Amino acid sequence: MTAGLVPDPMLPTPYRIQRVRQETDDTFTLELLPEDSSHRFSFEPGQFNMLYVFGVGEVPISISSDPDDVPLLKHTTRVVGTVTKAMRQLKRGDTIGIRGPYGTHWPVQEAVGRDVVIAAGGIGLAPLRPALYRLMAERERYHKIVLLYGTRTPEDMLYRHELEQWRGKFDLEIQVTVDRAASSWRGNVGVVTTMIPRAPFDPSNTLAMICGPEVMMRFTVMELVKRGVAAERIYLSGERNMKCGIGFCGHCQFGPTFVCKDGPVFAYSHIAPILGKSEV
Amino acid sequence: MIHTLEPILRDHPFFQGMEDRHIQLIAGCSMNVRFNAGDVIFHEGDPADQFYLVREGLVSVQFVIPNRGLTTITTYGNGEVLGWSWLFPPYRWHFDARAQQPTHALAFDGKCLRGKCDEDHDLGYEIYKRFMQIVTERLESTRLLLLDMYGNIR
Amino acid sequence: MGALRTASPEPLQTGDRVVIELEHLDQLLQGLADRNYEVVGPTVHEGAIVYERVTSIRDLPSGWTDEQAGGRYRLKRREDGALFGYVVGPHSWKKFLYPPQQQLWRAERNGKGLCILPEKAQATTKYAFLGVRACELHAIAVQDKVFLEGHFVDPGYKSRRESLVLLAVNCTQPGGNCFCASMNTGPKAASGFDLALTELLQDGPHRFLVDVGTVRGAEVLSNVPWQRAEGADQQQAARLLAEATRHMGRRLDTHGIKELLYRNYEHPQWDTVTERCLSCANCTMVCPTCFCSTVEDVTDLTGEHAERWRRWDSCFTVDFSYIHGGSVRATPRARYRQWMTHKLATWIDQFGVSGCVGCGRCITWCPVGIDITVEAAAIRASDSVKATTEPEQGVA
Repeated sequence: MTAGLVPDPMLPTPYRIQRVRQETDDTFTLELLPEDSSHRFSFEPGQFNMLYVFGVGEVPISISSDPDDVPLLKHTTRVVGTVTKAMRQLKRGDTIGIRGPYGTHWPVQEAVGRDVVIAAGGIGLAPLRPALYRLMAERERYHKIVLLYGTRTPEDMLYRHELEQWRGKFDLEIQVTVDRAASSWRGNVGVVTTMIPRAPFDPSNTLAMICGPEVMMRFTVMELVKRGVAAERIYLSGERNMKCGIGFCGHCQFGPTFVCKDGPVFAYSHIAPILGKSEV
Repeated sequence: MIHTLEPILRDHPFFQGMEDRHIQLIAGCSMNVRFNAGDVIFHEGDPADQFYLVREGLVSVQFVIPNRGLTTITTYGNGEVLGWSWLFPPYRWHFDARAQQPTHALAFDGKCLRGKCDEDHDLGYEIYKRFMQIVTERLESTRLLLLDMYGNIR
Repeated sequence: MGALRTASPEPLQTGDRVVIELEHLDQLLQGLADRNYEVVGPTVHEGAIVYERVTSIRDLPSGWTDEQAGGRYRLKRREDGALFGYVVGPHSWKKFLYPPQQQLWRAERNGKGLCILPEKAQATTKYAFLGVRACELHAIAVQDKVFLEGHFVDPGYKSRRESLVLLAVNCTQPGGNCFCASMNTGPKAASGFDLALTELLQDGPHRFLVDVGTVRGAEVLSNVPWQRAEGADQQQAARLLAEATRHMGRRLDTHGIKELLYRNYEHPQWDTVTERCLSCANCTMVCPTCFCSTVEDVTDLTGEHAERWRRWDSCFTVDFSYIHGGSVRATPRARYRQWMTHKLATWIDQFGVSGCVGCGRCITWCPVGIDITVEAAAIRASDSVKATTEPEQGVA
């Protein structure tokens, strides 16, 4: 029996870069289409791909495009290491390898008939954007939708133009805040968690989706729980070192979970015992 | 006589659980105020003899830093309480406060309330309990700010 | 003794118990080689019994035994000529099923495009493992769960596994660090083998009681002369195994071990063991179930040709859990805790079975002799929270 009969999950598919967009000084978005136009790809909001830069390496990056726009894919990422640094040098027309989609997804279906709170910190808005597209595609199925977005400075905000469009076009409450601002900023200043106590949603019928630095997510959860949102209806997106994305390499373990297959989207009730535990 | 601001206080989460007689007392020390965008509410160093409940609008807590200009540390919006320096000596403001947007607020005569708390320790307990809560929440969010959690990796 | 038959007309079936003599084992190995199986088995090399290619029974460690203790491994001469009179060495069968280094694919740049070329589907090496112990059968089954039974399948592992012939050997003399009895993984090979041999040296010639486990095992065995196992031989084998069960070098109390470790993340024992642990990763290299790996992407000097390789990795390395400028498990304490908690506890939630098969390799090959059974017992002895469901003693 030869290996050819079983699909090899470690083989990337070539994708060509259609556009590179600089979002902030250290964050950029790649817009991609498969080399082979017959290649079928679909994903759920919250899932990620492993992106391969020729000869350099592979990194896990959440998909941040509209799931209904496939085969077009968008990946927003920050330059943090060798691979992302090399990725930033790529231009329109260059090719990268993609494996995926992997992981669990935001429970958009479960939010039907409820208020939805989306809390994003920094680049955490990128993995949440596909969920926002889905929610807006069927706006009438949800009650109040509140987006709380916090960044370090106003210059670090992602998708500002799109946020303005959404604010205007859909019944979507958007509140943004920054950790620090120059005197020209006339909006909220303070950590994003401070917006939870007064945000307009009914805790008894709310589903929350949170993404951002782990500390931000932990304290956001705390504020939501304080207001009475059920632990099983609070979802976070976790992150760990990944070398394969498919449950073979062991690197992404977080307690008993593999972030690549039991996550990255986790219900808070599921990971509460290990969240915040030192060096787990 | 029922002060027109009593129902507003009774409805506000900050005063939840307070006895009617205390609410009346506090209402007696309160009044509506309005600020235009850019108005100074108080300066660093001013005597701290009031506190405010923002009804609608946005207020910023700012520091004057010579080479950086006015630096906003935090903002308070609808329903939030501004100011606890009136409770603790030396009863002076430690920062500037400015209205970022047209703002309606309730202003409370802190000097008067301080006296009333000294006379009625039950009232004092209720007031200090609530402000203690605010101070701890602010301390917590300040700690998160200190973490600079979105900060650069390097 | 009954008359020996050659190429017996009676077909062998799963569940049959037969006896073969020493030289027939050689014939069996030859038969496998003739059918293009690469036979690997135990052999003495540089003072240890390791798994390498073997061509005949003369390659096997006849008359050798091993002495194992914490951080200690020595070979010693036996008084008899037993071929399998030892337990397990530093190698495990994952060396073949899940190679330490594996090229996954090649890629070539052509202009702005890139072309991924899967490693040519060469004919998979057909392995025959000789001398697989019961604990090792369980270890292979544990790794099957990782690479075959999840959402994704490793195609190379799958084809190597499916063409594999497993010739197990029942341990009649457990080692100093063995605790398979505690983990319910031995000493008797119960399932998962094609043939299982029990070496018999008493009351007759040097021979093997063979249990036929599968149709493939029956086929392999049918090429050599065998006779039906008689009562005396079966009793000898049973007695040897019962003795082995009673003479385990170690034991590990697995009662509620998952919950025990889950509620003791802050137990002081982690600090104690850290004083000794060197984070050398030996335990993960020798452990038959450890499966962590890393990938390495390399190019040639022209930059036009790239390769991706998979290599064994270890959770003991500092970078293993690196994200965003730092490692989640930055201290050796956290990494030892991760390894042991994974092996004995979280593995159960992940795969439905323990990750530990009681082979004792981690104890033998730890340079400072850290003993997983001792560590578990220490945590249990001063468990921070007693389970509330424990029944009270002496209640009427």
